Amino acid sequence: MMPAMAGLAPERARRILSRWDLLAALLTLGGLVFLADASRGLVEPLAALRSAPPSLDPLNLPEYAARTALRMLVAMMLSLLFTFTYPTWAAKSARAQVVLIPLLDILQSVPILGFLSVTVVFFMSLAPSRVLGAECAAVFAIFTSQAWNMGFSFYQSLRTVPVELIEASRCFRFSPWMRFWRVEAPFAMPALVWNMMMSMSGGWFFVVASEAISVGDTTVTLPGIGAYIALAIAQRRLDAIGWAIGAMLVVILLFDQLLFRPLVAWADRFRFEQEAGAPPPRSWVLTLFRRSSLVVMLSGPLGAAWRRSYRALSRPPSHESSHARGLARWRDGVFAAMLLILAMATLWRLRRFFLEGLPISEVVVAAALGVATMARVLVLIALASVIWVPIGVWIGMRPRTAQIAQPVAQFLAAFPANLLFPVAVSAIVALGLNPDVWLSPLMILGTQWYILFNVIAGASALPSELRDIGTNLQIGGWLWWRRIALPGIFPFYVTGAITASGGSWNASVVAEVATWGDRRLEAHGLGAYIARATEAGDYHRIVVGIAVMSLFVVILNRAFWRPLYWYAEQKFRLG
Amino acid sequence: MASDPLLEVHQVRRAFPKADHGELIVLDGVDFTLAEGQIVGLLGRSGSGKSTLLRLIAGLARPTAGRISYMGKPVNGPAAGIAMVFQSSALFPWLTVLENVQIGLEALGLPESEIRRRALAAIDLIGLDGFESAYPRELSGGMRQRVGFARALVVHPNILLMDEPFSALDVLTAENLRSDFLDLWSEGQLPLKAVILVTHSIEEAVFMCDRILVFSTNPGRIVNEMTVGLTHPRDRLSPEFRQLVERIYVELTMRAPGSGRTPRAEHFPGTGIGSILPTVSASLLTGLTEALAEPPYNGAADLPAIASSLHMDVDDLFPVAETLQMLRLVEVEGGDIRLTEVGKQLAVAPLDERKRLFQRNLLSYVALAAHIRRVLDERAAHRAPRSRFLDELEDHMTTAAAEQTLRAVIGWGRYAEAFAYDDNTQTFSLENPT
Repeated sequence: MMPAMAGLAPERARRILSRWDLLAALLTLGGLVFLADASRGLVEPLAALRSAPPSLDPLNLPEYAARTALRMLVAMMLSLLFTFTYPTWAAKSARAQVVLIPLLDILQSVPILGFLSVTVVFFMSLAPSRVLGAECAAVFAIFTSQAWNMGFSFYQSLRTVPVELIEASRCFRFSPWMRFWRVEAPFAMPALVWNMMMSMSGGWFFVVASEAISVGDTTVTLPGIGAYIALAIAQRRLDAIGWAIGAMLVVILLFDQLLFRPLVAWADRFRFEQEAGAPPPRSWVLTLFRRSSLVVMLSGPLGAAWRRSYRALSRPPSHESSHARGLARWRDGVFAAMLLILAMATLWRLRRFFLEGLPISEVVVAAALGVATMARVLVLIALASVIWVPIGVWIGMRPRTAQIAQPVAQFLAAFPANLLFPVAVSAIVALGLNPDVWLSPLMILGTQWYILFNVIAGASALPSELRDIGTNLQIGGWLWWRRIALPGIFPFYVTGAITASGGSWNASVVAEVATWGDRRLEAHGLGAYIARATEAGDYHRIVVGIAVMSLFVVILNRAFWRPLYWYAEQKFRLG
Repeated sequence: MASDPLLEVHQVRRAFPKADHGELIVLDGVDFTLAEGQIVGLLGRSGSGKSTLLRLIAGLARPTAGRISYMGKPVNGPAAGIAMVFQSSALFPWLTVLENVQIGLEALGLPESEIRRRALAAIDLIGLDGFESAYPRELSGGMRQRVGFARALVVHPNILLMDEPFSALDVLTAENLRSDFLDLWSEGQLPLKAVILVTHSIEEAVFMCDRILVFSTNPGRIVNEMTVGLTHPRDRLSPEFRQLVERIYVELTMRAPGSGRTPRAEHFPGTGIGSILPTVSASLLTGLTEALAEPPYNGAADLPAIASSLHMDVDDLFPVAETLQMLRLVEVEGGDIRLTEVGKQLAVAPLDERKRLFQRNLLSYVALAAHIRRVLDERAAHRAPRSRFLDELEDHMTTAAAEQTLRAVIGWGRYAEAFAYDDNTQTFSLENPT
């Protein structure tokens, strides 16, 4: 490393602008133009959107792709903002924690399209007759698909910052602000970046739904890849579907190269393990920005200003006195009383909502449909496991194959189910199949890959000594799977299966109703129930559907997945 | 001389509430004054509360009673003139060496140029030149600990607290770092007025300190205080040095629990089921008896001598010696360890016979083992859940201590084939697979 640095230094001194500078400047400028271009459409009146409905001309796709990408980026920024505030509050305040963490758990079990159905009218009313309102609703829907797992990951990280680092930071009298940016956020960074990538993949699934919003009488189509796909489906244009897949692929690749790879390479230094293990991830974009003296020159003062904020926002650390402790007890009381009042008020409001709107039997209907969807989810997870666990182990044992397979699986995870509607609907209609059975695979289309990811990761993490012992003792066949491979990957598999299960519930809202032109197929399930209620703008049924689905997900998590996860951690975690 | 001493610790006590409304006392009645120009060693075994005392002085925790004052002012949180070096070095892995050293100054809000100048000076002083842009993961353990020293020194503290800073390093690296530190200290190059060093190594304390405070275990109290009059650099092989080490060894073995001095049965291993048992593996126990039985010891040894020949610290050796004493396989007296008759038999016996002897003494002298066996014998199914014994233990100790004690007794019981334990069902039984 040292010789390379020494070789660079004189060159840097000679030239004012290196080729790295030019490239970095070009990329930055391009980014600015893209932002300006894509955001210009926001303030247009809604009428303009209606007068120029999206067209299937592939030439429009670059602009649509840019608009979609921007929405996802804005949602990602909001998710980051959420991640830095909400979980931090929960981790710092015991009082807030008892409410915020269960709330987050519930929020992440609410079907994402449910958020869209409920909030779109609110957002439209914020900026009536402007595109901005609809954009907000779409961004909010994407946000809800990204934020929760990022928040959970951050919360977990904050809770597991090594105690000696906290002690060191207290000993050197960091202010809370400084501790957050110098200790806690860096420690959380690798896990956060990984979850950002997952969130971005997951977000694609909902882009299609969020760009072609239709709730009762309110129908808005925002220019973007999602709307393009929706239109292609409505007009039965296979060629357009092909173009859309291509555009998606390009955007995903661009995100990967320009955003995530640099982030992963950058976040590598925040890994807490001290030993230098695998070769660090590299990114040409990050290298470019690091080598450009222009970027270094511009970022220097920003860094200094940021460091100055540590001092500005410091306050002397103090221990709580007995007086303060008495005050805290009093505050606990006030807090509990406020929660109680809030809960009572909500209950009162809910009672009216249900009594006026619906017969109780509606809840029973929704619950029955929930059982059908649950059966689908569980069967699909089991099927996907049978298929992907052996394949994942096979790939994970071969590092070179794993390197190729990981990004492919990541792309496939981003693949929205709607893109397969043409195939699914045509096949089901042509062969006269039962939609209750044959629409189901669409649910797991995007989520099965989480099982594959995690199994690959688990198999590659299997210590080579264990594998050598297997070879040494000539353990083969089923015995090898039962005694070595399956126990080794089990904790990883459970993590993947939990993610896949959660995702499949979400996907059911899209996947239980499939259309291709004027052909429409519906399976019996809670997802279809919510989708139908959304189309009809029937708020009571939407809320009942969402509530029942959330309840199912929470119960399934608490009663099945969490104990399984705990068991896996206890028994099979290596090292 | 200023009227206020640098640091004053007065009747400090630190206790935690226990499950059964009692309290677990970690530190009790600790009194001492730190004068300028001294390196003071806090020496004791693990569980003697010496690290806790260091954290109280650092302001990372508060005493339950008593007071600590720094330059006449009470310590109510981390004080400006007190810096700390951690056992694990506690570097921020995402910062380079330079950034790690600078961070304490950043928290003080000094101007950038000043921060840089002082950090580079500290790096230079501590011998880290050339490593400024390295990340901690690229450094060896010794180099990392040097960064820990530089990071503490750069804020120009009056008192440097060191929490076993050499114990995670290999022997050569530790010695190298100790000598370098002492050289800088003797030459007056360190911006320090006094140093407090926590250690469990007697040799290290005698090598480095001007004053040694010896702590007892359960609860942590200062039981002795001695002044080391030797000049630096000290010769570990000189008679005066060896004599002092030997004296402290005797001191620590005499005070060791199990010698009959401790008034409360709870801290008297083997006497009641309320004793906290150390997690010492059966192979360590038999290993030490074997080593003792062989030449050059032939059944009896000087503790410091056998410790250094086995490359063990006080902390590693004492629990083993005590457990053997509890099992009546050795006697420990005045810095010596001697095999009993059974101990001698066990050391040379074949495996089956060895296990039989071990089982006999385990069930005779370790009350908890005997208790578990009795319960299993009395029950018709010869099975009992782990929780039954855990609950019982928790009446006497913290949950963590109870779990550790059960783990220890399970290990010995399994080795002795006195009872079996199934972790899946969390039950004890007599069903040894035979």
